[in-house]
Amino acid sequence: MKYFARRLFHATLLLVAVSIFSFAILQLAPGDFFSPMRLNPQISSRTITGLRSQYGLDRSLPVRYAHWLHGVLKGDLGPSLAYNSPVAPLLGVRARNTLLLTGTAMLLAWLIAIPLGMWSAVHRGKWGDRAAGAVTSGLLTVPDLVLFLVLLLVAVRTGWFPTGGMVSAAFSDLNMWNKVKDIAAHLFLPALGLAIATLPPLVRHVRSAVIEVLEAPFIRAARAHGIAERRVLFRYALPVAANPLISLFGLSVATMLSASLLVEVVLSWPGIGPLLVDAILAKDVYVVIGTVMLSSVFLVAGNLFADLLLFAADPRMRVE
Amino acid sequence: MKPCPKSNSNRTEPLLRVTGLSKQYLQQRTFARTEFTVSAFQDVDLALFRGRTLALVGESGAGKSSLARCIALLERPSSGQIELEGQYLLAVDRKALFPIRRRIQMTFQDPASALNPGLSACEIIAEPLAIQREGTKLQRRERALELMEQVGLDAKWERKLPLAFSGGQRQRLVIARALALRPSVLILDEALSNLDAANQSLILELLAELQISHSLAYLYISHDLRLVSQFADEVAVMYQGRIVEHKQVHELLAAPEHSYTKELLATVRSVESILLERSA
Repeated sequence: MKYFARRLFHATLLLVAVSIFSFAILQLAPGDFFSPMRLNPQISSRTITGLRSQYGLDRSLPVRYAHWLHGVLKGDLGPSLAYNSPVAPLLGVRARNTLLLTGTAMLLAWLIAIPLGMWSAVHRGKWGDRAAGAVTSGLLTVPDLVLFLVLLLVAVRTGWFPTGGMVSAAFSDLNMWNKVKDIAAHLFLPALGLAIATLPPLVRHVRSAVIEVLEAPFIRAARAHGIAERRVLFRYALPVAANPLISLFGLSVATMLSASLLVEVVLSWPGIGPLLVDAILAKDVYVVIGTVMLSSVFLVAGNLFADLLLFAADPRMRVE
Repeated sequence: MKPCPKSNSNRTEPLLRVTGLSKQYLQQRTFARTEFTVSAFQDVDLALFRGRTLALVGESGAGKSSLARCIALLERPSSGQIELEGQYLLAVDRKALFPIRRRIQMTFQDPASALNPGLSACEIIAEPLAIQREGTKLQRRERALELMEQVGLDAKWERKLPLAFSGGQRQRLVIARALALRPSVLILDEALSNLDAANQSLILELLAELQISHSLAYLYISHDLRLVSQFADEVAVMYQGRIVEHKQVHELLAAPEHSYTKELLATVRSVESILLERSA
């Protein structure tokens, strides 16, 4: 219990630090949401001053931060200047979409990485392992943007998959099953792109973790007792190799989130990525801070989940 | 350190006989397709007798551990024969080898890495029984607790993980696990080298007691001639993959023939004389 409380305390500190840092960085940027209005002769400077005052942009940074923090504790993430609505509901829908995308991509990436990495470890040095190594090395050298653009090109040329959005125009007329199919069809390409982008380091880590364990003397002892090779792999090697992989799972959340921002923009997935880009360009401060904070919460939650998994999987973690 | 009792069992029929055993590893040069062989050991002849200890000494890389792995059937030798009570083990197919494996067990140099870190002491000792599908879960636990007592570990520690034990206690766990299947041959690969002098002495005593009570044949692999002289009945000296000298311990200590054995003994004696001088 102490372990969780400590981890939770660290996570809270991290989120507070991220929020302070985000406010400070945005303060350093020249201009604000209302600056372009100064170029419009039809809008008086008094109107602009009034609007800045209404949204609290004329106050000092610590005052604005304290006001925002007070609102956050009550569930209010501030107003969106561009959308003229509260940030929280705006982020809620986008966060759900991003979670669907990253969750699916992460599941896909790990479902491929674990068997492929284990297979490579067992067949170490053989042609299959070398081929898998060459493919993962090749994928590592391809920038994410190029990968997503290639996928987009394939989708446009073949017409096999929808190339933008999350649902079709006639979505509301579909029955439940067809709605699921429609979302799955739209999800496939961005989820595949994201999974491919995250896959190479995962496969390599699984491979090296399993190789390390397979060479351990306790595995040799089990073999001397006559254990079957398949049982060695699943009953002995994988549970012990799982520790670094669970920690890697927490880290892969960060990789996945940063790659998802790009894939959402390139493949027009209505997640927090496009919202963040639009908000930065428009200097919609509370949306930017809300999006950054949401990404940080996902990241912290992913790592916390990895810690919980580690605690559940490894009895050594439970030893006082 | 107390001298260990040595059994006077009948030496006529060996329990395990190794004849002309050789092992070559196939290696490949980096960035090249050319393959070449590296010989780990060649033409090794050994015999192990019930209730007796054969020590295998030699420098690092001499092929001792590779030989141990081949005898424990963890690796297949390139040529030669391994005979266990008249049965040629290398001629036996994999399925038929399964029940034979229980008769040759092995302990490892580093007890920390030789134990599954995620299993409790009781699970670790019961693990070979589960693999060999012996008894019910309850029977396996009872046997594990009995073995814990035999090797001097308190049965109430059954739920402790390996990390909760000291180095000496972990080595006792390793020995208990190796004994779980009631083997005839126990290969002790540098079993004492990671322990301090006090623990070495305690484990040596334990091994000697277990040898008598279980009529075990030991193949004791070591660098340490001092320990070998106290524990073993015979010594085989391995040098560059070959057995260069094989004698009774007292004969080897009195009259070493091979230059490497002489060098080895001279090193031990010079260390002992330094220690004696310092203590004086």
